[in-house]
Amino acid sequence: MAIIERPAPGSTVPALTPAPPAITPARTYGALRRPVATTGWKSWLFTVDHKKLGLMYGATALFFFIVGGLEAVLIRLQLAAPGGKVLNADLYNQMFTMHATTMVFLFVMPMAAGFANYFVPLQIGARDVAFPRINAFGFWCLLAGGIVVNLAWFLGGAADGGWFMYAPNSGPVFSPSHGVDFWTLGLQIAGIASLTGAINLIVTVLNMRAPGMTLMKMPIFTWMITVVQFLLLFAIPVITVALFLLTFQRSFGAQFFDVAAGADPLLWQHLFWIFGHPEVYVLILPSFGIISEVLPVFSRKPLFGYPFVVFSGAAIGFVGWGVWAHHMFASGLGPVSVAVFSLATMAIAVPTGVKIINWTLTMWGGKLVFTTAMKFAIGLVVLFTIGGLSGVTHSVAPSDTQQTDTYYIVAHFHYVLFGGAIFGIFSGFYYWWPKMFGKMLNERLGSWNFWLMVIGMNMTFGPMHILGLQGQPRRMYQWTEARAGEGFFNLAFWNLIASVGSLILTVGIGLFLINIVVTARSKVRAPLDPWNARSLEWMTSNPPKEHNFDSIPHVHHLDEFFHRKYEEDPTTHTMREVATAEEVLAELERNADKHIHMPSPSYWPLVLASGMPVVALGIIYSIPVAIVGGLIMLYALYGWALEPATAPESDFDSTSNNGHAVGASHG
Amino acid sequence: MAESATHDAHVTSTGLSNVKLGMWLFLGSECLLFGGLISTYMLYRGRVSNGPTPEQIYDIPFTSVSSFVLLMSSLTMVLAVSAAHNKDDRGTNLWLSVTALLGATFVGGQVYEFTAFYNEGLGFTTSLFGSSFYTLTGFHGVHVTVGIIMLMALVAINKRSKVPGSKSETVEMIGLYWHFVDIVWIIIFTLVYLIPV
Repeated sequence: MAIIERPAPGSTVPALTPAPPAITPARTYGALRRPVATTGWKSWLFTVDHKKLGLMYGATALFFFIVGGLEAVLIRLQLAAPGGKVLNADLYNQMFTMHATTMVFLFVMPMAAGFANYFVPLQIGARDVAFPRINAFGFWCLLAGGIVVNLAWFLGGAADGGWFMYAPNSGPVFSPSHGVDFWTLGLQIAGIASLTGAINLIVTVLNMRAPGMTLMKMPIFTWMITVVQFLLLFAIPVITVALFLLTFQRSFGAQFFDVAAGADPLLWQHLFWIFGHPEVYVLILPSFGIISEVLPVFSRKPLFGYPFVVFSGAAIGFVGWGVWAHHMFASGLGPVSVAVFSLATMAIAVPTGVKIINWTLTMWGGKLVFTTAMKFAIGLVVLFTIGGLSGVTHSVAPSDTQQTDTYYIVAHFHYVLFGGAIFGIFSGFYYWWPKMFGKMLNERLGSWNFWLMVIGMNMTFGPMHILGLQGQPRRMYQWTEARAGEGFFNLAFWNLIASVGSLILTVGIGLFLINIVVTARSKVRAPLDPWNARSLEWMTSNPPKEHNFDSIPHVHHLDEFFHRKYEEDPTTHTMREVATAEEVLAELERNADKHIHMPSPSYWPLVLASGMPVVALGIIYSIPVAIVGGLIMLYALYGWALEPATAPESDFDSTSNNGHAVGASHG
Repeated sequence: MAESATHDAHVTSTGLSNVKLGMWLFLGSECLLFGGLISTYMLYRGRVSNGPTPEQIYDIPFTSVSSFVLLMSSLTMVLAVSAAHNKDDRGTNLWLSVTALLGATFVGGQVYEFTAFYNEGLGFTTSLFGSSFYTLTGFHGVHVTVGIIMLMALVAINKRSKVPGSKSETVEMIGLYWHFVDIVWIIIFTLVYLIPV
């Protein structure tokens, strides 16, 4: 419900009673009346609440994580022994393409978007994002895009050109199935989610901070998310162009990547990697943000060198634009370009190294508490460092030319993305689960989950360094006994180890899924402040109320929540507790705002997004269908434009205090 | 258009309204979109296969006139924003309509130009020059068309006095978008038409 009425302070009535639900909307916007459901599936379908949308992002991402994970397991089963027969060559190509596409675009990005949606408004003391309906629209675009990309599995085979989809291999001659069409159009739709999300979150962070929260008092996760949104804001349009060019070539006969017509295949590589390298930081920086929250909390110390972590994150964001061609060292760019991009790539290791030193020094001398969240955070620091070091070896162009398209590259980016991005995300799961669901994930299962993932991950991706340096190429669907070599560096042995490792990894992640079920069934509620946390998102109930904060907090410190609980003793210079979390919260509740107008649910984001896959299918199969999709979108935009985001009170039939509906007759 | 999450969202940390900040960010993103398209055109403009070259088909005087019309529409857009700030509903509707009309004249000119080029042998699939020319100018044309639709929709809604949120701000936002599309055309006109291959 949009309008939450609350009694005056000091009243004996329970302080927080939402207005009674299921009031009839009085006005029609573009043929549909406002949705009013506050419970059940309708309340999710038409919601604009950033927390519900965050959870929907998360659930979608988790689903695609499982899909992408199963694809990875199939790849490893195929490669476990020479002459693998699990997949044929064609299916194998589809499998590695969709594994990467799913993990990058449909798991890590939306999962980060989920965390960002849920926690950025909470961390800056806001009640929602700047554009709640656009937020909902973004989620539905992501879901639609994910469905379109994966629909190809059932309609003639998925995309098979690798997630980078190099031209001219992606053209109609070499990729005749519709897989690439579904891929381009699906990613185009998912890209809308990233672009609108970027605008939304940047405006939210810049404009909706609680009073007193200057930029340098913002929680570090919010900072990193902000950097990521700027990267997305400028990277997404570049991939949009690339995808459009490819669509025009495949569907309308344009020649952009047709080498026979004189096209330059490097155009695609440049456009793709100008997007693709910032994208790498889009994937990793949210996790850096998460562990920068987790490490201080479980070290019982503030983050070491907060401004350095902020500015090194921003520096990564800037330099990230100047390193894209290190993905193209083998393509013959010429010595000057190669030298410049080599140097830039070495330079970007510096701010990353700064972060690692900051995390280490945050833990140094702290009272470490080894919760599962903390273990995953430490896991990130260690594993990402390994991946970062092999990344530095890629900046050395002559060495990189040897490693290009070998398993060494696969080893590198799985250390940074699995060991980095995914460990950070898991750290976030364990850390924020009580905040999101009011229950704590089981720590015992969590410990098993962590250790199996660490062992499985190192067994899977560690041997790939050896495989790669021995020359095993990427994307080959089989390897043969004849080329496996002898002794310690025998390909057969290390391939088998990697495949066994991937199964251990599967068990580890399976334990996480079991943990979710166990936790959901458990009746034990989480305490209000289970980790003795520091930032604003913990200054709310578990899970937070619809309006997040009863009264908007005034911020005086970085780590505001911590400073409300603890004060420095002037004589001993130690921190002593002056208030419990419950007391801090009660204080907020006592000063509760009387009128809180929350944005109202709306049909239009869902209707607008639902037109997109129709247009996509129309472009692939029949243009009239695309026109129908376009009409659906026009209709939705019409209704959207006329509907105020926050319903005016006159929009609903009013009810009197005793619950008796009075406005129904003249509604 | 105007959206706000809380009742008192006009008090923002930066002092800029959410919508305005969002529009600026969107336009920043659009720069990269056109940047990619312009780069593609610049790479491919000399690759004409067996089709006509740019010099053979461009009609600079005609395009100059239609460019002038588009530039003038920015002036009328400014007048519309000014009228909206002065709460002059008639003036707002008038200047918005004139802006839409000038924009439509430009798009009409583009349609004429595309038809003429096509008849002279430059199809979308003729050459890399053709593909990249039509894609770049076509994307710009679609942007102008979207602008026209927004202008006309705003006039229609305004006549029924149903504009949600601040009316003058809505006009200003469409104005920002409109000026951006104009500026992009200045760049396109210079790079595509005026600078020889």
